[in-house]
Amino acid sequence: MASTRTPERIEPSYPKDRTTLGGPRLGPAGWARWAWRQLTSMRTAIYLLLLLAAAAFPGSIFPQRSVDPVQVRTFFENNPDLGPWLDRVLLFDVFSSPWFASIYLLLMISLVGCIIPRMRQHWRSIRAQPPPAPQRLTRLPARADGTVATDGREALAAAREALKAKGYRLRDAEDGDLWVTGEKGYLKETGNLLFHLALLGVIVAFAAGNLFGWRGEIIIQEGQSWTATAGTFDTLNFSPLADEGDIPTFTVELNKLDVAFESQADGAQFGQPRRFDGLATVEVPGQEPEQQEFAVNHPISVAGDSIFLLGNGYAPIVTIRDPDGEVLYSDAVTFLPQDNNYASEGAIKVTARDPGLGLVGGFLPTLRIDPELGMTSSFPGLVDPVLALTAFEGNLFPDGRPQSVFNIDTDQMTQLTDEEGNPVAMLIRPGEYFELPDGTTVEFDGIIRWAGLLARHDPGRMPALGFAIATTVGLALMLGIKRRRIYVRIEPTTPTTGSVQAVVRVAGQPKGSDPGLQTIVDDVLLRITRITGDRTTTPETHHRDKDTV
Amino acid sequence: MTDPQLALASDIAIWASLAVLALALISFSAHLAVTGAARERHDKVKAREKVRVGVGADGEQPADTVDDDRATGLTDSTTPTTAAVEPPTVSHPAEVTRRWGVIGLQLTWLATFGVVGGTILRGLSVQRWPLGNMYEFAIVAASFALIVFSTWSLKRDRLWLGPFVVLPVMAVLGAGKIWYTEASQLMPALDNTMWLSIHVTLATLSVALFIIGAALGVAFLLRDSAEKRSRIRGWLAGLPEGDKLETMTYGVHIFAFPLWTFTLITGAIWAEVAWGRYWGWDPKEIWTFIIWVVYAAYLHSRATSGWTKRHATYVALLGMLCIILNYTVVNLLITGLHSYSGVST
Repeated sequence: MASTRTPERIEPSYPKDRTTLGGPRLGPAGWARWAWRQLTSMRTAIYLLLLLAAAAFPGSIFPQRSVDPVQVRTFFENNPDLGPWLDRVLLFDVFSSPWFASIYLLLMISLVGCIIPRMRQHWRSIRAQPPPAPQRLTRLPARADGTVATDGREALAAAREALKAKGYRLRDAEDGDLWVTGEKGYLKETGNLLFHLALLGVIVAFAAGNLFGWRGEIIIQEGQSWTATAGTFDTLNFSPLADEGDIPTFTVELNKLDVAFESQADGAQFGQPRRFDGLATVEVPGQEPEQQEFAVNHPISVAGDSIFLLGNGYAPIVTIRDPDGEVLYSDAVTFLPQDNNYASEGAIKVTARDPGLGLVGGFLPTLRIDPELGMTSSFPGLVDPVLALTAFEGNLFPDGRPQSVFNIDTDQMTQLTDEEGNPVAMLIRPGEYFELPDGTTVEFDGIIRWAGLLARHDPGRMPALGFAIATTVGLALMLGIKRRRIYVRIEPTTPTTGSVQAVVRVAGQPKGSDPGLQTIVDDVLLRITRITGDRTTTPETHHRDKDTV
Repeated sequence: MTDPQLALASDIAIWASLAVLALALISFSAHLAVTGAARERHDKVKAREKVRVGVGADGEQPADTVDDDRATGLTDSTTPTTAAVEPPTVSHPAEVTRRWGVIGLQLTWLATFGVVGGTILRGLSVQRWPLGNMYEFAIVAASFALIVFSTWSLKRDRLWLGPFVVLPVMAVLGAGKIWYTEASQLMPALDNTMWLSIHVTLATLSVALFIIGAALGVAFLLRDSAEKRSRIRGWLAGLPEGDKLETMTYGVHIFAFPLWTFTLITGAIWAEVAWGRYWGWDPKEIWTFIIWVVYAAYLHSRATSGWTKRHATYVALLGMLCIILNYTVVNLLITGLHSYSGVST
C-alpha cells in the first residue's frame, strides 16, 4: 500500500560536498578581480562615504591634538580614566589615525578604479556614433507624433536639421533609412570625470601642503623688530619633508596695533572684539623695506608667504630700581590673556638683582573686584588697568631647567612678606610704583600691545584652490547637463492619390530622471513641422489640412 | 554703530511673520485636506464609471495623458498634429476649491515680505550684512526658503507643498528666536565683508534648499508608503504621485549640493585669509565636511540601481539631520574657531 510506505529519499545526483563539484571556480586571480569589483562598485563607495562621515564625527566632539593640544591636556586632567582609553584608539588624533586614513584611502582607490574605466568608456563614446533608432518607439518614456505634408525623404531632412539646430550629434545617414538618432549632453560625463579627478587633485594638494609646509608662531610687541630664522620663532613646526633651509629670511617690525572692543551692546556681545588693525614694516634682504597694513582678515605678505595676525594682548612696561635708584630692569612684559576680558598672566624675572627677584601675577585691563572670584577684568579694553603681582626671591633658574617666560619656578625661591608676615601683594596702576620691604621699587610706566603672528608656508594651497575650482566646474556640468537621445522615425503614407504625407514619430530616451524630456521631444516635433511647413507651398498645406482633420 | 529702533522694527517684523506663517500653515493644511478628500472621491467615482462603461471606452486614451502646455504649444503650428486632438486632462477635479491653498500662498507671500523686510532692517540696524550670528543665520535661511517656495509657487502649482515648507521655516525662525542675539557689530575674524557675504549667503541659501529638499523627501516617503499599501487616503491623496515627488526631491538637491560645495570652498578661502590655513579640522569645518559627504552619498545612492529611491531619500534626510546638529549642537556646545553663535554660555 502506497500510504504506509515511507517516502523514498531522493538523493541529489551531484555530490553533496561542494568542493568536489567541478565547474568554474575562482582562483586567486578570480578572487582578486572579485574584490576589485566589490571595492570599485558604487554601492561600496556609498558605504565608504557614509563611513567617512561617521569617522569624522568623533573629531568634532573630542579635542584634537592637531587643533588644540591644550584642550587635549585639559581633557586628560578632567577624565583621567577615560582619556588614555580614548587615546589608545587615537580619538585625539582622528584625522591622522590609520583608521580614518584607511577609509579615505579605500575611497580614493575605489574612485580611481571607478573613473579609469569610465574615462576609457567615455572616450570611446565621444568618438562613436549614436546607436540606431529602435524599431518601436512606443516603449520610450517621452514621445510625440505628428503628420507633415511632405514625402519621407524631406521629412527626414527636416528632422536632421531640427536636431542639428538644437545641438544634437547625429548618426550618419545611410541610404534608404527613414530614421535618425541624435545624442546630446556628453559634457555631463566629462564634468563627472573632471569633478572626481579634481577631487583627487584637492586631496593630493592637501597632502603636499602637509608634507612640505612649515608654520611658526611669534609674539612681537609694538615697536619691536624681529628677524625670521629657525631659532627666533616661539614655536616652529616642520612638516615631515620640510627643514630649516626652507624658511626665507625677512624682518618684521610691528609699528602699531589698534584694537577695539564692543562697548555699546549688552549681553553676550559686550566686550567682544571688534577691530584689530596693525601696521608693520617688512624687509626682505635685497629689497626696500615696505610698510604694510594688516588685520585679522588681511595678512602681511612676505616673499610669497603670508603672516597672519592670530592673537594679541597687553605688555605692561615695568621698571625696577634697587634702593639706590639704579635701574635693575626695564622692559615691556608680555602678559598672556586668559579669558575674553583679557585678564592676563605673566611674570617678570629680574636676574640683575642678587638674590634673583621674580614677580608673578596678573594684568587686568579693567579691574573689577568680584565678591566671589576676587580680582577680575570686566572689559577687555583699557578702562582701569592694574598690575596685581606678588614677589619671590631666590634662584630664578634652578638647575638650569627650561621654563616658561610667563611663569616662574618657585622651587628654590621664597615669597616676600611684609612686617606682619603676610605675602607681599601689589596693585599698581600706570604711573604708580610699589616699594618692596627692602626698598626695591616696582614702577608701572605704561602699557603697549603685542601681536601674536603666524608665519606659514603651504606649497599645496594654490594647487588646492585650482583643483577646488575645477571640482565646481565639473559639478556644474555634471548636475546641470542632461544626457539625452532623441530618435525620429518617418513613416510615409499616401492618404489620397497624388498627395504625399509622412507621420513623424519623435521619442526621447533619458539617462536618469529627466522631467524636461517631454518638452524637448515636443519642441523637436514642432521644429520639424515648422521646417517642413516652411518648405511646402501654403495652399497645398491648407488643402491637406482639411483632408486630415 | 547700531540703531536700536531699526533692530526693534526688525524683531517685530519677524514676530509678525511668524504669526502669519502659522495662519498660512493652517490654510495649506486645509487645502491639502480638501483636495485630498476631493481627489479620493473623484477616484472612487472614476473607478465606478470604469466598471460600468467597461474597459473598451477607456482603452482609446493612451496611458500617459497629455498636459495643457503641450496641446497649446502644438496648435500654434500651421500643420495639424494628432496631439492637438486629444483633450487636455485637468489635474484637479472640477468641483475642488483651491481657495484655502491660495489664501495660504497669499499669507506665505505676506510672511515672505515680512521676513525679508525684517532681515533687511536687521542689516540696516547694524550697518553690515546680517550674517554674523545664529539668529541672523536663521532669519536669512528662512528668507531664502520662503522666497524659493513663493516664487516656485507662482510658476507651478505647489500649494500642496505649503505645509511641508512653512512648518520647517517656522521651526527655523523659532530656533532663531530661542537663540536670539542682540544686534551688534562683528568680531574681527568675521569682519571681512566680501567673504562674509559670499560664504554665509551661500551657506544660508543651500541650507534653505536642503530644507525644501528634505520637505519633499518626507512628502515622498509618506506618499510612497501609502501607495505601497494602496491606501492613498485623506490628505495624502492631495499630494502628487510618489515618483514625481521623488524626482522633485532629487531636483532640489542637485541645486543645493553644488551650492554647499561653494560654501565649503569659499569657507576654506576665507579660513586661509583669516586664520592662516584653509583647512584645519575645526568642529564647524568637520561638520561642513560631514554634511557634504552625506549628501554626496545621497547623490551616489540615487544613481545606484541596487539602492531603492526610498533608501536614497533616507540618506538625504540623514544629511538634513546633520545640518540640524551642525546648527544646534556644534554652535552651542562645541567650542571652536566658529564659536560666534552670539549666545551666552
